[in-house]
Amino acid sequence: MYRSALSAITSKSRRPLRSPFFSPFRAETPIISSVSPSPGPESRLPIPSNRFSSFRDPPSRASFAPSICFPDLSPGLRRRVVSGTRGLCGGSGDRESLEYDVVIVGAGPAGLSAAIRLKQMCLERNADLSVCVLEKGPEVGAHIISGNVFEPRALDELIPQWRHEGAPIEVPVSSDKFWLLTENHSLQLPSPFDNKGNYVISLNQLVRWMAMKAEEVGVEIYPGFAASEILYDENHRVIGVATNDMGVAKDGSKRETFQRGVELKGRVTLLAEGCRGSLSEKMIRAHKLREKVQGQHQTYALGIKEVWEIEEGKHKPGSVLHTMGWPLDMKTYGGSFLYHMSNRQIAIGLVIALNYHNPYLNPYDEFQKFKHHPAIKPLLMGGTVLEYGARTLNEGGFQSIPYSVVPGGAIIGCSAGFLDVPKIKGTHTAMKSGMLAGEAAFRTLVEGATMETYWDNLKKSWIWEDLKRARNYRPAFKYGLIPGLAFSALERYVFRGRLPLTLKHGKPDHEATDIASLHAPIQYPKPDGQISFDVPTSLYRSNTNHEHDQPAHLHLRDSTVPELVNLPLYAGPESRYCPARVYEYTPDENHGLKLHINAQNCLHCKACDIKDPRQNIKWTVPEGGGGPGYTIM
Amino acid sequence: MKVMVAVKRVVDYAVKIRVKPDKSGVETSNVKMSMNPFCEIALEEALRIREAGAAAEVVAVSVGPAQCVDTLRTALAMGADRAVHVDAGAAPVLPLSVAKILKALVQVEQPGLLILGKQAIDDDCNQTGQMIAGLLRWPQGTFASKVVLDKEKQVATMEREVDGGIETLSLDLPAVITTDLRLNQPRYATLPNIMKAKSKVIKKVTPAELNVELKPDLEVVQVAEPPKRKAGVIVSSVDELIHKLKNEARIL
Repeated sequence: MYRSALSAITSKSRRPLRSPFFSPFRAETPIISSVSPSPGPESRLPIPSNRFSSFRDPPSRASFAPSICFPDLSPGLRRRVVSGTRGLCGGSGDRESLEYDVVIVGAGPAGLSAAIRLKQMCLERNADLSVCVLEKGPEVGAHIISGNVFEPRALDELIPQWRHEGAPIEVPVSSDKFWLLTENHSLQLPSPFDNKGNYVISLNQLVRWMAMKAEEVGVEIYPGFAASEILYDENHRVIGVATNDMGVAKDGSKRETFQRGVELKGRVTLLAEGCRGSLSEKMIRAHKLREKVQGQHQTYALGIKEVWEIEEGKHKPGSVLHTMGWPLDMKTYGGSFLYHMSNRQIAIGLVIALNYHNPYLNPYDEFQKFKHHPAIKPLLMGGTVLEYGARTLNEGGFQSIPYSVVPGGAIIGCSAGFLDVPKIKGTHTAMKSGMLAGEAAFRTLVEGATMETYWDNLKKSWIWEDLKRARNYRPAFKYGLIPGLAFSALERYVFRGRLPLTLKHGKPDHEATDIASLHAPIQYPKPDGQISFDVPTSLYRSNTNHEHDQPAHLHLRDSTVPELVNLPLYAGPESRYCPARVYEYTPDENHGLKLHINAQNCLHCKACDIKDPRQNIKWTVPEGGGGPGYTIM
Repeated sequence: MKVMVAVKRVVDYAVKIRVKPDKSGVETSNVKMSMNPFCEIALEEALRIREAGAAAEVVAVSVGPAQCVDTLRTALAMGADRAVHVDAGAAPVLPLSVAKILKALVQVEQPGLLILGKQAIDDDCNQTGQMIAGLLRWPQGTFASKVVLDKEKQVATMEREVDGGIETLSLDLPAVITTDLRLNQPRYATLPNIMKAKSKVIKKVTPAELNVELKPDLEVVQVAEPPKRKAGVIVSSVDELIHKLKNEARIL
């Protein structure tokens, strides 16, 4: 369709936007004399008058001059990179190039925290750094989905006055229950969580508010643009990212609306793409960041969530429930969550660890089945589903943290992996990592430090302390549900992380899938249309959309593997674990089954990138502005 | 010659809408808003006319609440030269009021061509273009699927999609054109253009300054979802079918 990627720029938050603080744009034409831009009506930052001091380099257009990095002559004098990068990742020299001090990929909690912290330090120390945040979703928040019971620890440090600034954090946790489910019963167990002081929120709404706060302090946020390539100079130093070309047709040719991608050069580049970020994974592999710290592989879970509006009398704001057990079996780690937000809305979901063995397991159908449990169903009767979505999350914890710094950049938030598994919270650690990276970036650019400060401060922070204490909970479950629960109880009440050993994770998720002949297909009940639904209905509720005439963003490294390996050996697991029905095996003209990829349905959850048994599926970022359209998730 | 384009901020076409529990309208809080797709096509056509040399300036105009500024920045990022925001408050403005406001603006700006989308995807009225042509006594070409401007003769030749096929009209300028889907494919706004658009000034006016009184002549009484589709019934024989058609559906 004719969707303009710029529908992005509208309505980034539900509160009326104040007129954006004037951010001087990156000029493409050479400016010889110094230019002082006039501040917007609501500007608060003192703007140095020589913002564009001295002349700027000519725009990079098909110039193949090698990049030269001048060392900083004095603090605050921006390093000038002669434009004309030879992007070692295959970029050509015909792209426009824009320069910023800091480029952040991903407008999520980590990315925005880093941006806000940077600008706060600029205000404190009277410095001026330009910060640009790129977001692949059509607007900030469109791709944000999370439980979420929020621990305000990092927000208290970032914006201490958040209570008085209209933050959408209003529902404190009022009750905290934990049930073990069997098919017909529920057994209440002591809650393993301590949620005192925490809030039930929609992370989506919180991120939109944070974006508003970020723009108030001068951060430039550009939704609708997907960073698809990391830019390197000839010394393998990260110098920025490039957005992908837009208006490419399905067959690869240029459409009428073709626009070449743009290079965003940053003196520091932060990757905050969330769990299994496409650029972050590339960077981790290319720089061998896990090997550097003897880290283990990352392990993941897939969370599928719906937000319901339920009947008045059933709604108890702040009520928090977690369950384990049914419908999952003893060998599959996972559990459900049910949080009561405000406005009669509840968040309900099922999280299944992706190291499950049975290739016939269908996480979406397990979730639909779960909602029919006699202890859950009455709550949902008479209610309506408002939104649906899914996303993977990391469970590797302490053992899987990669070395998070590379020359010229760093990885923050869930892209590195700071989720505290026993607490099942990752927002506060993501935000704190963003703040630490922001501080390190400031010190690097203004005080001559290096980004290694980020890593050092990470290790001295409460993130490290919390994750270290939590490190043994998840790996213990590889022995089964009951041993795992028993060990968790011991850890929580007796050992508290002080055991002198660190349990290791089992096999990587994609290797954990057994071959199909060892298991029987699972018969899932048909959706009833009131409590449980089919995938197309749910997908419709996720507001997912992609420009249909674009190349499929899901690449098969070897196009024969699905029919030769996935289907015969594993019964085509991608047709089961994908929560968006992207992968379907349909009969072809030879009466065989062929894999058909409906890339347009993709929820950007990354489950296929993680779980494909031969790691044959590679998730790459589609044209910016596509994907789900979450608003209250 | 100046081309004026009127754009509207509506609920994004990909969003699944919901009726508010009190049935007073559609839920628009926490919902993604964008420029009306037909307005994007209108703006794209105006930009192409300017690029072909038949016009000197493209002015984008929007009537609505404060957030319309975002939509106008989109228009500026796509290539419009100037933008004007008519702040009509938070209440939805009906087509006749929009037409009156646009008439006042036209008298100020004196464009040679006014292009609008054929209808907005939130109310599907398909009225504003026609009404303003009537108020201005200008020729109108609606549902345009092709527009060719002749600068010397000051004539627009356009093809419109009508029920019977394609009708070709010749309009003397100044004229009103409303765009249909197949007219063009709107361009993407590039990042550098978006950045530039952030700093452009958007002129703000109120209906009072234009001497237009907004008097709503329509009141929305109720908005309800369409009734849920009932499941089909499989009949076992032709006799049963005829029986049902006669006695239950009552169409025989």
